[in-house]
Amino acid sequence: MNANLIRWLRVLSVLGFFAVPTLVWAQITQYQQEEWLHTPAVTSHIGNITGNANSERVKYDYRRYCVGCHGDLGDGNGENAIWFQPPEFPKPRDFELAVFKCRSTPTGTLPTDEDLFDTIARGLDRSNMPPWNTFTKQQRADLVAWIKHYSPRWQTEKAGTPIQIPTEPEITPERVKAGQDVYARVQCWKCHGVTGEANGPSASTLTNDLNQPILPYNFGSGSRPICGSTDRDIYRIFMTGLDGTPMPSFADNIKPDEAWDLVFFLRTLQPHNEFNKREKEIAKQLNLKPLNAMKLSQ
Amino acid sequence: MNAQHHRKLAATMLSLLLIGTATLLVRQKVSAAGEGSITGSVKLSGTPPHMRGIDMSKDPYCVKQHENSPVKLENVVVSSGGGLENVVLYISEGLSSAELSAVPSAEPVFDQKGCMYTPHVLAMDVSQKYKVITSDQTTHNIHPLPNPLTGNIPWNESQPPGAPPIVKSWKAEEVAIPVKCNIHPWMHGWFVVVKGPYATTDDSGSYTIKGVPPGTYTVTAWQEEYGKQTAKVTVAAGQAAKADFTFKAK
Repeated sequence: MNANLIRWLRVLSVLGFFAVPTLVWAQITQYQQEEWLHTPAVTSHIGNITGNANSERVKYDYRRYCVGCHGDLGDGNGENAIWFQPPEFPKPRDFELAVFKCRSTPTGTLPTDEDLFDTIARGLDRSNMPPWNTFTKQQRADLVAWIKHYSPRWQTEKAGTPIQIPTEPEITPERVKAGQDVYARVQCWKCHGVTGEANGPSASTLTNDLNQPILPYNFGSGSRPICGSTDRDIYRIFMTGLDGTPMPSFADNIKPDEAWDLVFFLRTLQPHNEFNKREKEIAKQLNLKPLNAMKLSQ
Repeated sequence: MNAQHHRKLAATMLSLLLIGTATLLVRQKVSAAGEGSITGSVKLSGTPPHMRGIDMSKDPYCVKQHENSPVKLENVVVSSGGGLENVVLYISEGLSSAELSAVPSAEPVFDQKGCMYTPHVLAMDVSQKYKVITSDQTTHNIHPLPNPLTGNIPWNESQPPGAPPIVKSWKAEEVAIPVKCNIHPWMHGWFVVVKGPYATTDDSGSYTIKGVPPGTYTVTAWQEEYGKQTAKVTVAAGQAAKADFTFKAK
């Protein structure tokens, strides 16, 4: 054999010595690394903050705080998820489907970046999603971009257009009474009950989109409504619906002015809190009685 | 060129124009006359499964609508002759891309009547508009549950008594999309979204898919409990090809 050939053989064997373990290492970590190295350039925009799914910090944050429930693939199958038993503890959100409850956009459309931004900070009452107030705004914006990278829908679909919410009018006894009429007409009481305590005739058989049992909001429980505690938050819930749950959108059946009446009436169903002082006074003044379920069912 | 040339040229062009137009017209007529159909019946062999009666006591209004004729679940509806109702038939192979992308202008209607969906199964094409109405004096919510990964997005809207119709369409083929009402948990229907011509069997289990151009196709029959079956069929111009299906009761 000539000297050239031997030299080549030596070179190749040295390369091979390093190549084989490298390839083996690459295979083992390919699954883990692919997700993390090849993140599409997904961004989020909240006010004048731009979030980036490519930021180094966001991967650390997701692994540190979110992966336990939401999982590596963002499909809601984190290690902890098996311990969540619906209806008391709903399962973690599956980001691959991009179906979200708390939105300012109509049913069947994607939420805005701001909707997701707010949900992370607010958390979701009566679930295991805490209010994450440990993050800076930039971290939260990056996390929104990261969440978006899990679903191809964000690449082909634009977020819905936020619904128009007229200015909140003055709370009057006429409006509270009118709100009770809306509650009767669109039959909220079927699930929420005539006193709003989640004991309506259809409450016990409610299931979400994944066929898991789920409970309607109990106005009398003292817990915050799931998408925030202000009047506007409540307005949005029934005018956009909670996608993924039995709660539909009433946008085609409740006019914006009537919607405010309903918000004021719903406030009377809650125990005394920092938001419903005026409504509770009016309810007492009117001696407002719950609707008569027997009469309504006829 | 002289005058004679001009005349010859004009005559040639005019005749070509006339021949061309005539050919186009004749071709069109041939296409319309050439469309055939696929017809047949779908049967269930064996003993049909027992369909349980529905307890509607959650909503006294619903109970009242069925005082004289109690209602059963509609997963499997079989006629006395063994014909299977609510089976959707569509062409799964053989249509050209132009034929597949044609969208009918008709708007099939899905009604809520007596707290049941009528029809139980609604077939439609991708992008074809369909209408959901309510004939009931009790509130329903329409909640189709497509798989979001197909491109069809779930939505959920309320329809109180007297509410206007809801008109929507689907973006992608999906066989099939379950539809439910959360308020009345027994209410269960289907939207079957396909491409190309389709038909649904009637209460005797018979169907006719109209407007099928001549050619060889694979026809698929879908039933919610028994799944899909296929058959190969050749449609001749202006003729009705036959394709029968038999599902076996479990």
